[in-house]
Amino acid sequence: MDVLDIIKPENQVFCKSKLMTDTALSYCPGCGHGTAHNLTMEVIDEMGISEDVIGVAPVGCSVLAYDFMNIDMTQAAHGRAPAVATAIARTWPEKYVFTYQGDGDLAAIGTAETIHACNRGENIVIIFVNNGIYGMTGGQMAPTTLEGMRTSTSPYGREIETMGSPLKMTELIANLPGVHYVTRQAVHTHKHARKAKKAIKKAFENVRLKKGLSFVEIVSNCNSGWKMNPIESNDWMVENMFPYFPLGDIKVDGKLK
Amino acid sequence: MSELKLMKGNEALAEAAIRAGIDAYFGYPITPQSEVIEYLMTERPEKRTGMVVLQAESEIAAINMVYGAASTGKRVMTSSSSPGISLKLEGISYLAGAELPAVIVNVVRGGPGLGTIQPSQADYFQSVKGGGHGDYKLYVLAPSSVQEMSDFIEDAFDIAFKYRAPVLILSDGLIGQMMEKVVLKDQKERMTNEAIIEKYGDWATTGKKGRERNIITSLDLESEKMEAKVRKLMKKYERMEKEDLRYEKILCDDAEYLIVAYGSSARIGQKAVELAREKGLKVGLLRPITLFPFPKQQLFELADQVKGILSVELNAGQMVEDVRLSVEHKVPVEHFGRTGGIIHTPEEILEALEQKIIKNGRIRHHKTRESSIL
Repeated sequence: MDVLDIIKPENQVFCKSKLMTDTALSYCPGCGHGTAHNLTMEVIDEMGISEDVIGVAPVGCSVLAYDFMNIDMTQAAHGRAPAVATAIARTWPEKYVFTYQGDGDLAAIGTAETIHACNRGENIVIIFVNNGIYGMTGGQMAPTTLEGMRTSTSPYGREIETMGSPLKMTELIANLPGVHYVTRQAVHTHKHARKAKKAIKKAFENVRLKKGLSFVEIVSNCNSGWKMNPIESNDWMVENMFPYFPLGDIKVDGKLK
Repeated sequence: MSELKLMKGNEALAEAAIRAGIDAYFGYPITPQSEVIEYLMTERPEKRTGMVVLQAESEIAAINMVYGAASTGKRVMTSSSSPGISLKLEGISYLAGAELPAVIVNVVRGGPGLGTIQPSQADYFQSVKGGGHGDYKLYVLAPSSVQEMSDFIEDAFDIAFKYRAPVLILSDGLIGQMMEKVVLKDQKERMTNEAIIEKYGDWATTGKKGRERNIITSLDLESEKMEAKVRKLMKKYERMEKEDLRYEKILCDDAEYLIVAYGSSARIGQKAVELAREKGLKVGLLRPITLFPFPKQQLFELADQVKGILSVELNAGQMVEDVRLSVEHKVPVEHFGRTGGIIHTPEEILEALEQKIIKNGRIRHHKTRESSIL
């Protein structure tokens, strides 16, 4: 098989989802957001629901998610995506509504909206990309920043005594009865991406079955914010983030693992 | 069928919302407007019309729920009182920026801070000068009766959808809590989802069936685009001023003195006009029904006829600034008002008019102006 054969559509084993626009991603090279976007769009495309999906974009690095996802999208105020999604799902119960949020958005300013949408068991999907830092504003400390991690607002490392512990939002909301499915995934390798896609698909299937809230955390890297090259940042994520934010299902079919 | 009932202002507003066929209400309890959500929860509008009613976890969540439903073309509203409206202002700014139709009701109480639960009109500035961040305005309707609490719901939604802009109903604890007879309108049917998609498909995020995708956002990182957006908003507000200004003139034809008052103060002001007329004083009342747009030209013209104007408000002097701007120093303009939840009496208003305008009225400049409240 020569190069020209390899790039023929029938021979491609991996390509951009048809539901991704041709707009160049605004993410730094090496960032996990692009893969997380692509997987979400692949799931929506494969389920054939692109005309019935309404996405809610956050504030943060993925504020422009609507530029890249070729579906109807509403951009929410900082942290309020679960409230915005609540109203859309309540007034259009037959639609598939999801939010796509980062850690600053979901686990800091939007904590109340997140917990209460989860507690009400809104029939939506929340995709939570956790990279332990505020990427868009230039690398400040996030609620999920690890102990000792240096950021521009924890320049000597996160100190638990004064700054609190990294918040495990996913474990927190898994304890709420309204939440049906909670899982933590990653997208840094092909294997992990495939598992993450399965999780996202399960989450959207739950919406179809009106099971209540599904929550997919994706632990990701922020090579720019962490001041590393992409490969280093993924290695650092595996060594440091995964022990504190272990991958795997936390709640399945309404039952804690 | 239309129906005559004795109702509280807050309840009449809630009932009117159901009858207007709106799709959703999201709110959070706060005195003196909690009857709105209490009434809605009791009435089970989901059974009457399919309307969604949800008690949110905060005023912030409620206004963002409004943003969500509004972005899909649904008729959606929220209500609160002063401190709660302060919390909603970020969301209101987003609604204006994203050009979304929605109705917000403020049953005003006294402030600042936690203030008092008693009636007040101290949120005038917040309502008409933007309130939240950025270059935007709200179309502001000021009801002065229980009947108007009911009638203004439909009017507000008409304006919100005409301009794709948030509309504020600026009531207060007096109008919200008092009982009066009210004629309720007939039940209107809610729009079907198909009708919403058909009518608002060019912008609403209802799922991109048979069309290109729609995006709702208030973000424009390119300066030229953001400037064009602001210009577009300003055009809307200009059009509101031309087409949808509302006001009421009472006994203004032969008036030598004028009271300007809105909402609850207008009711009391009207009584003060009657007392003045009994004393042989030719006093009229101008009641702005919309606070934005403001009846600037009407005041400018009345200033050629009257000898002085008293702006009567339940606050320390807010609308008086717009009255002064409107009359451009042609005649003396003074403020009279009570604060802290105290309601001025017609006698107090008449006395203030006699003292501040009829007896001592003169065009004053800033350095000679002292506090105007009791």
